[in-house]
Amino acid sequence: MISLANPTRFLGLVSVVLPWLSALVVILLGTGLYLSFFVAPPDYQQGETVRIMFIHVPAAWLAMFGYTLIAIAALGTLIWRHPLADVAAKTAAPIGATFAFIALVTGSLWGKPMWGTYWVWDARLTSMLVLFLLYLGLIALWQAVEEPGRAGRAAAILALVGAINIPIIKFSVDWWNTLHQPASVFRAGGPTIDPALLTPLFVMAAGFTALFVLLHLIAMRAEILRRRVRALQQTEVARAAMAEA
Amino acid sequence: MSAALALLTRDVKLAWREGGAVGVALGFYLVVVVITPLGLGPDLNLLARIAPGILWVGLLLAALLSAGRIFDNDYEDGTLDVLATGPLPLSVVAGIKCLAHWLATGIPLVLIAPLLGLLLNLPMGSIPSLMLAMLAGTPAVSFLAGIGASLTLGLRRSGLLLALLVVPLYVPVLIFGVSAVTPYVTGPNAIWPPLFILCALSLVSIVLAPLAAAAAIRNALR
Repeated sequence: MISLANPTRFLGLVSVVLPWLSALVVILLGTGLYLSFFVAPPDYQQGETVRIMFIHVPAAWLAMFGYTLIAIAALGTLIWRHPLADVAAKTAAPIGATFAFIALVTGSLWGKPMWGTYWVWDARLTSMLVLFLLYLGLIALWQAVEEPGRAGRAAAILALVGAINIPIIKFSVDWWNTLHQPASVFRAGGPTIDPALLTPLFVMAAGFTALFVLLHLIAMRAEILRRRVRALQQTEVARAAMAEA
Repeated sequence: MSAALALLTRDVKLAWREGGAVGVALGFYLVVVVITPLGLGPDLNLLARIAPGILWVGLLLAALLSAGRIFDNDYEDGTLDVLATGPLPLSVVAGIKCLAHWLATGIPLVLIAPLLGLLLNLPMGSIPSLMLAMLAGTPAVSFLAGIGASLTLGLRRSGLLLALLVVPLYVPVLIFGVSAVTPYVTGPNAIWPPLFILCALSLVSIVLAPLAAAAAIRNALR
């Protein structure tokens, strides 16, 4: 982590990793989609619609993973002042928000044939929606504060406050109303999903995770370069002002 | 201690004597409650059923509307810089300012709520539980608003951003606030569990929000 504090070294590492990671994403998502659509059997109750799960569940996991990553990066920003932590958090937010959005949309499309309605105020849907709102708040805060250093620290504080609140929000909406099925993959006593459906799910989850990392690395590289351009422009303007004076 | 008390009385007095602080929040609360039946229709049974929810949502919105004032004025005229270098720790200053917001705005909103409940045909029997729930929950409302206010210090159009940041944090307060008034499990003691949870939410906010707000203020003053 410390050796990566040098952005140039980080950029070098990214350019080495990117082609391999891209290939991994293509292979994993290709295999996962093939397994999901052609190999996995239709569910005995849900029929073909069960295939929505292979997009929906990994997207929901990645949405939560993204927020966890932001919260850890926030610690990095506030405690260790790691120069890349802020970059990592800022670029993870739109990606995490997109995965949360995908989870909400696919869940809604899945809910229509299963529950008979596009939206129910069920606990899990609600907490995912609140997570999406937290993401929007973070993104808005980053955009509202002009100075990047200040924006990064403000967003880090908000991210930590949100991280403390997420379990409370989750608990409160669970208590409020629960219709969504309980956790069925990671639970005591083993998963309740048939292995025929579980294998494609895990391949898709691995593919989505690799995709997240890939998009995140690309976004981080873009953000580092954007900050360099900004710094160059500022020195340019300062130099012009000096010349005039 | 005396410095803390002086700051508290100063903030409460300012909120009351300055035009457009407490009065506007109360007026806004009234307006929200008045337009709801106009949108839903005058069915008294329906209104009685949803009255607790409307009263809570209106209270949260009114608190949010006034939340910008917790730090903004002091930030603009430099008082916050003085306070930050003064004898009190900045987190204590932030906590006192949130407390002042609760005393000057939160309590009046709670006191006016039963009156507005009459407009919504709120059953008389639920007024005590509504007041208790609001008294237990509004400290969390004020202190969480303080986090939002400190994060948006000095930004343009900070009001809307503040609402976007803070409303997700209000979800638990709203859920337990409403369920204390309309217990899902009916029974004589059904009000107590949500009420205790509201107290817990308030206590957690009182402890943690000043720390977050102080960090955010320091970031804004830098």
